[in-house]
Amino acid sequence: MKPAPFEYHAPAGVDDVCSLLGSLEDAKILAGGQSLIPLLNFRLARPQHLVDINRIANLDRIYERDGGVAVQALARQAAVEDSELVARICPLLSAALGFVAHRVIRNRGTVCGSLAHADAASELPAVLLALGGNVVVRSSRGERTIPAGELFAGVFETTLAPDEVMVEAWFPALGEPFAILEESRRHGDFALAGVVRAGSRLALFGVAPTPVLADPSDPASGLQPSGDLEATPEFRIHLVRVLTERAFAA
Amino acid sequence: MTTRWFGAPVQRVEDDRLLRGHGRFTDDIGEGALECCFVRSPYAHARIRSIDTSAAREMPGVVAVYTAADLPFGGLDLPLLIPHPNLTHGRTQRCLASEIVRYAGEAVAFVVAADRYAAEDAAELVAVDYDPLPVVVTPEAGARADHLVHDDVPGNVAAEMLQEVGDVDAAMRSAPRRKQLRFRYERGAASPMEGRAVWARWSAAEHKLTVYDSTQSPTSIRGGLAVLFGLPESNVEVIAPDVGGGFGPKIMLFYPDELLVPFAAMQLGRPVKWTEDRQEHFTAVNQERGQVHEVEVGFDDSGRVLALSDDFVHDGGAYTPYGIILPIITAGQVPGPYRIPNYRVRFRDVYTNATPTSPYRGAGRPHACFVMERSLDFIASELGLDRAEVRRRNLIQADQFPYDVGVAWQDGNTVVYDSGDYPRLLERALEMLGPKPPGDHVGMGLGIYVEGTGVGPYEGAHVQVLVSGKVVAATGIPSQGQAHATVWAQVVADELGVDVKDVVVSSGDTRRFSWGVGTFASRGAVTAGNAMHVAARMVATKAKQIAAEQLEANPDDLELVGGRVRVKGSTDRGIPLAAVAVLSNPVRYAFGGGTEAATQFASKPRSGPPLHGGEEPGLEATGYYSPPGSTWASGCHAAYVRVDPRTFRLEILKYVVVHDCGRVINPLVLQGQIEGGVAQGIGGAFYERLAYDADGQLRNASFMEFLIPYATEIPPIEIDHFETPSPLNPLGVKGAGEAGVIPVGAVIASAIEEALGIPIAEMPLSPLKLFELSMLKR
Amino acid sequence: MKVNGIEYPSPGASRRLLSDHLRHDLGLTGTHVGCEHGVCGCCTVLLDGAPVRSCLMLAVQAEGHDVMTIEGLAGDGQALHPVQQAFHECHGLQCGFCTPGFVMSVVGLLAQHPNPNVQEIDEGIAGNLCRCTGYASIRRAVKRAAELSPSPLRAEGRGEGGT
Repeated sequence: MKPAPFEYHAPAGVDDVCSLLGSLEDAKILAGGQSLIPLLNFRLARPQHLVDINRIANLDRIYERDGGVAVQALARQAAVEDSELVARICPLLSAALGFVAHRVIRNRGTVCGSLAHADAASELPAVLLALGGNVVVRSSRGERTIPAGELFAGVFETTLAPDEVMVEAWFPALGEPFAILEESRRHGDFALAGVVRAGSRLALFGVAPTPVLADPSDPASGLQPSGDLEATPEFRIHLVRVLTERAFAA
Repeated sequence: MTTRWFGAPVQRVEDDRLLRGHGRFTDDIGEGALECCFVRSPYAHARIRSIDTSAAREMPGVVAVYTAADLPFGGLDLPLLIPHPNLTHGRTQRCLASEIVRYAGEAVAFVVAADRYAAEDAAELVAVDYDPLPVVVTPEAGARADHLVHDDVPGNVAAEMLQEVGDVDAAMRSAPRRKQLRFRYERGAASPMEGRAVWARWSAAEHKLTVYDSTQSPTSIRGGLAVLFGLPESNVEVIAPDVGGGFGPKIMLFYPDELLVPFAAMQLGRPVKWTEDRQEHFTAVNQERGQVHEVEVGFDDSGRVLALSDDFVHDGGAYTPYGIILPIITAGQVPGPYRIPNYRVRFRDVYTNATPTSPYRGAGRPHACFVMERSLDFIASELGLDRAEVRRRNLIQADQFPYDVGVAWQDGNTVVYDSGDYPRLLERALEMLGPKPPGDHVGMGLGIYVEGTGVGPYEGAHVQVLVSGKVVAATGIPSQGQAHATVWAQVVADELGVDVKDVVVSSGDTRRFSWGVGTFASRGAVTAGNAMHVAARMVATKAKQIAAEQLEANPDDLELVGGRVRVKGSTDRGIPLAAVAVLSNPVRYAFGGGTEAATQFASKPRSGPPLHGGEEPGLEATGYYSPPGSTWASGCHAAYVRVDPRTFRLEILKYVVVHDCGRVINPLVLQGQIEGGVAQGIGGAFYERLAYDADGQLRNASFMEFLIPYATEIPPIEIDHFETPSPLNPLGVKGAGEAGVIPVGAVIASAIEEALGIPIAEMPLSPLKLFELSMLKR
Repeated sequence: MKVNGIEYPSPGASRRLLSDHLRHDLGLTGTHVGCEHGVCGCCTVLLDGAPVRSCLMLAVQAEGHDVMTIEGLAGDGQALHPVQQAFHECHGLQCGFCTPGFVMSVVGLLAQHPNPNVQEIDEGIAGNLCRCTGYASIRRAVKRAAELSPSPLRAEGRGEGGT
């Protein structure tokens, strides 16, 4: 379980990242690495180039912007979890981070990395979607903002172009009731099914190729979850209904 | 004052270096060793058409690539460890497969390179052309013989065994009530945190092979390697250094690497090391637990069992290197602590296209306990009786020992319980469990078990008092975390009247002690513990004899106290043990230590030669202990659980254990064994399942998907101990290593069944499984 | 990179994992490797004072950072660190393979929660697998370590860059 060979790049600035991504074939961005490096070790991912963004200075800020909180690409999940600003403006995000793996993983993992990895069973994409947040991505061609509703394209797939890097995620403030509930096999595991309530909005995770918005009164409508060792499609639909009911009962 | 170490909660002497990061596990040993990687079969059953290693051999950093054709022992079947007359069709794999592979993960080629990175790169380039064959995966499919795993084994049946006590058919016919039940246990895995590893060095100058191996049996590895490589045993050293957990699979031998690494080291003239990674551990290391039981139980209206018939299939996997120990244990342990006047058990050990099986902590017993306890729960429910009451009416009573169950045991004898008090275990557990917590969907579970421990044939120990007065002791069996260095020191310190800190124990190093069997079957305390006791007592006797001459006293009037041999109760008529050690050797080359103290006695002349007939130099002795039969530990677990009726999340509200393993050497260590065992049991009951698909592929070969519980999944465990000494050995001890795990499946099943009101007949469970069972019920 | 206060030259191949670099290049074999996919926690070390998985970092990524391994927690001949001492007193280890990872995680846990409650203890050590103890004695060790630790926690557990 050792990574296959790759060429390693450690650019010092976002512009350098952009030019590398624009010129290299088969490059992968390395941020926290808590999902990517296991894939490298299993040799399930074997990119030719690894672009490590951890050397970039001043890309780890968590700050208030436009009535919400912005989390930059290198802000570690643990720092966001501990942030008083986040707790005040967007306590749903603070709460959600407690479900993300374990503290030691969160010490290294990044919020933007979770969003870019786009694991449909993970919490943060669903939180961004429920809140109606967005992400800021950059390339040599310029910068653009992608709303959460347009970010997630499929299984482990986003609408970022191969030459784009996510530099920031923005979570709008939420003053309304919120909840995040999930069923996972062990504490910290990916969810068999999970729901995020942000006011009257509901996002589901673990039950479709991407996180999805759903109608709280009929959350399983149109869902066609896949089955695996720990949950059949029927069980996932059942859990979505139970968890939604509980999220809105509070 | 004499301090008695036996029974005291002595803090472990092995901790300091482990806590500082100074432990020495096999992969920690470097010395410039080359590193290796296997090429393993991706198919569960396939014919090998060809193997092309040319590209791999040309990779930079690659030193050697071996296939079966490159090995002098490539055509040999690996040993069948424990033959048995009923194992009529035993089969073992070859070191490297060259014709047919029978499980995904079977070794096909072996790459040796500068480091593991290069070895993995090269292994990818070994081109093996496979012709896939049809597979049988489940025990049911194996028994149906949908396909054959071995062409020459009809029906896939490796072994069949039928035993009967009493007259089951007659008793069943006359029983007021009868019920047929089916129970199923799926495969699990021991998953020690350290995988397996082997390091070897060949010294051409000394003609000596040195092997470090994360094994539970270095003495057996040594014996086997000596024969294989044509070396005297004295030229082969095998050391199990610190071993990061074993739990059974590391007693299996020989795994292919245990031959290939020493072979490569001898061929290449350089140290060679292979360290397993977690992914290959899941398929390359033996597994356990797959069994299907068809049970019929006959009982009366009071809940007494009149007859029990069990016909079960044991999933043996692709080969039977470990014989049929597992189904023999299951068959012997189904009756457990209960009087079953008429008992018939038949098993078939069948081949399947999956990793071979051999003991994993519990070793056939969790399934046996599950069968019996689930049957009793059924009887209670059928009769509307309290589950504890049904057990009370069937338990063997305290005055019925020794109790002969009448069926075969793994040591070749029959199952005979030596001592115990099972009713007392039950009553105490119920007392500790207390009243049921309030709330809906709360269930109580209960399970009582016995465990045959301390099987022979023997272990030995060497104990020596150094001229410094310090004591060294050695035994052949290694520790995988059971605190041997502490508990053996306690046993020895008591006999020699020294401080436990002055006894340094070596275990699992054939350079220090070359005879013995291994650490398995909860046998260490009984076999090696008593051997330590025997050897230390021999040393004490010798010390008294030597001191008696000097003190002009009768040896029988002497005692060993506080590091001295003295006249009983006397404060001044004594001699330091260190000085006795000096006197024990007629050559006075020692300096320091006890030498000065000994000189004052040197004036006492002896007649005759310095060593009299039968005398040996040195204050040392080697002793052995060979148990006359197994010692039978026992226990009762009880629990309350709550299950969310909609998400099926399990919450264990309370878990109590009452345990009796005879006399307790170290309660701190014992508590750790029980707590750890229960946690593994909970893992096996609700989290851990090896999920093979229809093609024989293990679908959850990682810690992300094979769900070992974290702390968040394991509740606090409340434990109480009784001590019913074993009459079979001087220390009165019984084994404890596997106890914690045995009844947990039965207890959790019983509790969940009550909490949700759905019948449970299988292990392991999961939220999904409970969801599906609850859907069926609707 | 600085490891246990000592400056070391750059690691070789960029694909080399930090865990392998520490163990096999620097000889610091106290950091163990149990799964190489970030689940078991045996390889946990402190990076700038915070516990991280060394199997989920490339060695080159640690350049310019402070790494502390189990060997750095208490010097040779020195008393055990309070967390190590507590593990000893509470029988918090059996085979000792997962132990260095647990100890480093608990150092991080106590930095975050100097007096952790039951839930904080469980969540703080969840993320490390132990196959021997069943965690009960480790929970006791965490409580004991909190008692033994001077407040605020000794500086040894925290690197210069700790936040």
